[in-house]
Amino acid sequence: MKVNSETIALLAAQNKRLDQRALTDYRQPIKIETNISWTAEGSAKVQIGETIVICGVKLSLDKPYNDTPDEGGITVNAELTPLSSPNYEPGPPGIKAVELARVVDRGIREAKALDLKKLCVKPGEKAWFVIIDIITLNDAGNLFDAAGLAVLAALKSARFPVVNAVTGAIDYKKKTDVALPLVKEALPVTVYNIKGHLMIDPTVAEEEAYDSRLTVASDADGTISAMQKGGVGVLSTDDISRMIDLSITKAKFLRQQLNLFFK
Amino acid sequence: MTYKKRFDGRKFDELRPMEAKAGVISNANGSAYFQIGNTVAYAAVYGPREMFPRFLQNPKKGVLRCYYNMMPFSGSGERIRPGGSRRSQEISMVMVNSLEPVVDLSAFPNAVVDVFIELPQTDAGTRCAAISAASIALADAGIPMKDMVSSVAMGCVDGSVVADLNYNEEAYEDGPVSDIPIAMIHNTKEISLLQMDGEISKDKLMQAIEMANVATEKVYQLQIKALKEKFSQE
Repeated sequence: MKVNSETIALLAAQNKRLDQRALTDYRQPIKIETNISWTAEGSAKVQIGETIVICGVKLSLDKPYNDTPDEGGITVNAELTPLSSPNYEPGPPGIKAVELARVVDRGIREAKALDLKKLCVKPGEKAWFVIIDIITLNDAGNLFDAAGLAVLAALKSARFPVVNAVTGAIDYKKKTDVALPLVKEALPVTVYNIKGHLMIDPTVAEEEAYDSRLTVASDADGTISAMQKGGVGVLSTDDISRMIDLSITKAKFLRQQLNLFFK
Repeated sequence: MTYKKRFDGRKFDELRPMEAKAGVISNANGSAYFQIGNTVAYAAVYGPREMFPRFLQNPKKGVLRCYYNMMPFSGSGERIRPGGSRRSQEISMVMVNSLEPVVDLSAFPNAVVDVFIELPQTDAGTRCAAISAASIALADAGIPMKDMVSSVAMGCVDGSVVADLNYNEEAYEDGPVSDIPIAMIHNTKEISLLQMDGEISKDKLMQAIEMANVATEKVYQLQIKALKEKFSQE
């Protein structure tokens, strides 16, 4: 893999890639499919190139947290399944899965993408909790962007289940036509820095060659809601500025793909 | 005998609509998608590859391992906590037992062949769908096999022997129900998975096994079709 990494860096210096793409192009196809799981309240399968990620949304009723008695909540969990790559093993989530889940979580949480107050049913007693599970089917690189897109698609497709008016129990077999209070469409885009050259949507080989990366979650008006610098490399303020510009532009592109699908 | 008409209008020996595809996960050495009704299984095969920890290796032949997992949102009720359960451990074990008779790993001493199963949505019959998917994926991976394994859940609902129970039939409350997952080896018609829970007479059970011959044959035809489709494309 070392030789490959050097080749990738050399090519990047000439604005080239092993698969002939421009440094700032996503792989094709970008495919979005929703309602791929009838047991979930919302679900989506997203494919970027050969990377495939599934996201499922479950809703449950619970007591609100003490410090936010009039709000529901969200949880994001990610599983890098051993089915999706020879590099993953069965067992509890490792740091890579934890980072993925937390970065995607912050992107939607801090953008206030979901109006948590509207998830409250009875202050201090009952509120909806949104549990988002990201499951990898094929990790061919760039899980952050694929997972972010899958989560947003699944949230958009989610419908509340029917609640029994007498017992208060959820009938998961029946869905209402009420969608989640999704007020913003924050999407994470990760920009990779290979020897000063910026690249998006890396393959697995390219992910092994990077010095540093910056994930930036931004919504439709360009407001940034979460960032994560990754890798052992360092960034200059100029690098950061360029990376943010690129990620906001690309988030707009991904949002367009999503909205074309939901039209 | 009061279960005369099935909830979803199927004939007693009729399976739910099925779909199968080979080669759906490019990272894997072999893979498959298998859908029966609302139950969906993805299977990926990795290997033969070196086995760790080393003490698990078999110097005489390769080891077959299965890992069955339901995605957290794939159950019919609340979210399922991720991570293994006793149920998934047992299913993983009976999967190995059902596939091992047709898989020949004698050429791969000390190696392991891993089969990973993930289910995004379920409506009963998940271990059968998992086995049918795994069999396609193993063949897709080019693992030496003597035969294919095809699996369907048979059952007896209130006196009527039926093929491919769905969740509503498993949960039938007005009479005794039995759920009998069966896997059959195609050419020899030998049975490599047999479990049963519920209530049934020996007579009805033998009828159910008889009906499984026809039911698994339908699964087999689809498995072969999926493999032919993939390899005729290449």
